[in-house]
Amino acid sequence: MIAEIGHFALILGLVLALVQALVPWWGLRANNPLLVRLTERVAIAQFGFIFFSFLVLTYLFVVSDFSVAVVMQNSHTTKPLMYKIAGVWGNHEGSMLLWVLILALFGAFLARRGSKMRAGLRIRALGIQGMIGFAFILFLVFTSNPFARIFPAPLDGLGLNPLLQDPGLVFHPPFLYLGYVGLSTAFSLAAAGLLEGKIDRIWARHIRPWVLSAWCFLTFGIGLGSWWAYHELGWGGWWFWDPVENASFMPWLFATALFHSLRVVEKREALKSWTVLLAILAFSFSLIGTFLVRSGILTSVHAFAVDPTRGVFLLVLLTLAIGGALALFGYRAPKLKPLGSFSPVSRESGIMINNLFIISACLTVFLGTFYPLFVDALTGNKISVGAPYFNITFLPIMIPALVLLGAAIRLPWKKGSLKQVLYELRFALISALVIGALVAWFFWADSVVAIGGVVLAAWIAGGTLTDLAKRIRLKGSPIKDILSRAIRLPGAFLGMAIAHLGVAVIVLAITGVSFWRVETIGMMDIGDQLHAGNLTLRLDKAFLGSEENYDLLQGDFTILDGAEVAATVVVQKRYYPVRGMETTEAGIHSTFWGDYYVTMGPQAEDGKLAVHFFRNPLMPWMWFGAILLVIGGMVAMIGGHKPSSKAKESKAS
Amino acid sequence: MKRLGFYLPIAIFAGVVIYLAVGLTLDPHKLPSTLIDKPAPEFDLPPIEGFEQGLSSQDLNGEVSLVNIWGSWCVSCIIEHPILMEIKKNNIVPIYGIDWKDPPGEGAAWLKKEGNPYTLIGDDADGRVAIDFGVTGAPETFIIDKEGRIRYKYIGPITPEVWNEIIFPVVEELRK
Repeated sequence: MIAEIGHFALILGLVLALVQALVPWWGLRANNPLLVRLTERVAIAQFGFIFFSFLVLTYLFVVSDFSVAVVMQNSHTTKPLMYKIAGVWGNHEGSMLLWVLILALFGAFLARRGSKMRAGLRIRALGIQGMIGFAFILFLVFTSNPFARIFPAPLDGLGLNPLLQDPGLVFHPPFLYLGYVGLSTAFSLAAAGLLEGKIDRIWARHIRPWVLSAWCFLTFGIGLGSWWAYHELGWGGWWFWDPVENASFMPWLFATALFHSLRVVEKREALKSWTVLLAILAFSFSLIGTFLVRSGILTSVHAFAVDPTRGVFLLVLLTLAIGGALALFGYRAPKLKPLGSFSPVSRESGIMINNLFIISACLTVFLGTFYPLFVDALTGNKISVGAPYFNITFLPIMIPALVLLGAAIRLPWKKGSLKQVLYELRFALISALVIGALVAWFFWADSVVAIGGVVLAAWIAGGTLTDLAKRIRLKGSPIKDILSRAIRLPGAFLGMAIAHLGVAVIVLAITGVSFWRVETIGMMDIGDQLHAGNLTLRLDKAFLGSEENYDLLQGDFTILDGAEVAATVVVQKRYYPVRGMETTEAGIHSTFWGDYYVTMGPQAEDGKLAVHFFRNPLMPWMWFGAILLVIGGMVAMIGGHKPSSKAKESKAS
Repeated sequence: MKRLGFYLPIAIFAGVVIYLAVGLTLDPHKLPSTLIDKPAPEFDLPPIEGFEQGLSSQDLNGEVSLVNIWGSWCVSCIIEHPILMEIKKNNIVPIYGIDWKDPPGEGAAWLKKEGNPYTLIGDDADGRVAIDFGVTGAPETFIIDKEGRIRYKYIGPITPEVWNEIIFPVVEELRK
């Protein structure tokens, strides 16, 4: 009975989404404020019903109601409570329900919080949000009903894919979806702006917090995913260019380019059609990502379901949404006239060029992800494109973008002088080169690229800090003035500085892990030692055991640096009998300068363990850098408006 | 003309949709091999450190052989290694090794420590030949026929079962 109530709430949500998709256009034509009010209420009510339906599904998982097919296939009575709840979105139906829930959540926010936004823009955006919601709930109800029953109900369920039983993964999908789906508001506002025919400074200011919040969630979600892969997959790496990773990375790149170019629209009313296109494409890539994962067109860790009707339904949906928005773009964008002009050396140009680099890099990821599919479609050959492709295409495009980043933050709007900027950044440049030289002297890593990475990181950090110092006029002012200027720094600027420092930290971490990694492999018995550089790995103990829902093979290792004990780690290979699957819990010990990382392969016939031992320098910095990005985004979002701009805004609307 | 440029995004998107639609009709679970029944990609790899001779696609002609993608960094390669040594010892079929993305010298050091099962070894330090082969991870083993065509691809370590039930029968079949 309870499952049926959840199903019913979902259908009510569907009806309300349809109302939300239709009423705004009628309201605009009739110029009736009542209908506008109605649209807002409907958006909030729609969220209410879908939220209720989500709670019902969660309840069914918690009480292990195995008469519901999804619960039976993805849960088990012996599973810890946290994973029972995570099971709600650890499967196709539930994760689509989460998707729809988050879409409705953003719609409700737009209805409630957007009241400062001009009505014409908001109401159109709500209508478009309603259309997307309607289409996806329809998809859910007709092809992926999470409340479908099975009869007779079995005594126990099949369990959650054990790879997904990890704290990182409990939170990874919700955050990723908050990012993915959060971009829908940018999409709706872009299309609404095109329909309204007003893409201007105020539009840019309205859309900016939505883009930034989605970007923060997406950054956090991708970071968690990477963290999970590092801890759980036991391959010692943190990014694998897996098609599904790429599917989340592409919207992230678009969103990154988007909020940079929004700045140009906001400040200078230039790059309008480009910015609108980015806003449309960012969410389009979220949709394509959803399609990739949910249609079963690719197989990977992430693909839950392979069902042709779902794929076709999603493809139609995606074609209508993206095609519609792009057609609107083709029709309306030529009418957008830029107000501000700018010279080739200016902040605007800097952002534009960086945008082009980011988007080109994104296209290489797109090609690499889809090329196998294209080849398959054309010739019937199955091929795969691996990490080497991405490393040789993506990185060379991103590097100039990052070099430019260090300088572009000091470029003035409208017109600047390259000489002036380089003069201002002389300390940053010199210190970056000195740091590079010192690192080369003390830690030569057989590669100029490694030193280049260090210099690049120092250059970005140096440029950011120089910019900060100039802003608070660090040189030649009394401390009191400096502090008061520092406190009054606009959030947009402060956020930018924090995020750019985050970029520098991540560049450094990637360089460290890629070029200074030490690793070794060997077969080990108890008491055996493995050597890698100065490090020694010793297997102290190995034994079998069993836990609540898995059996395990555990190895206890000691890591020695020279003669001193640096760390002890525990590695587990877990076997989940319910699913017949194995996972690896890598043994990781983090220090300020890096991680010790140990994983085990299968046990050989003579009882020895295949052991892989890594020293991953600066690895923790990666996660720290990602957190800086998120904090920077949040600061920019919360403190983005200056009080004076609000007055202007209300006058304009 | 300038106006038409604004329709470029939707034109590109239309192309993408067509591909996705065709893609949907295909089965991703089918044997994921590149170039089954096609000639092996052309390549000419240098030797690894301390070896005289490298490996080129010419070497694959004339006799049924295995091409094995490995690296000193690869955990699972150590699992299949004893079987490769058995094959070599009993002279069952020549195995050509492609040392994938190994730092200079490490592949050779690994072989010195563990034993060398390969007839010839090429050094694919930057991994480009592996891209041509469509390699997804190490170890991967290709079965090449007398004409130098790829006839089978096995992903993952070769266990005794894999050897007895899959690879050896295919090799026998191709020899006929």
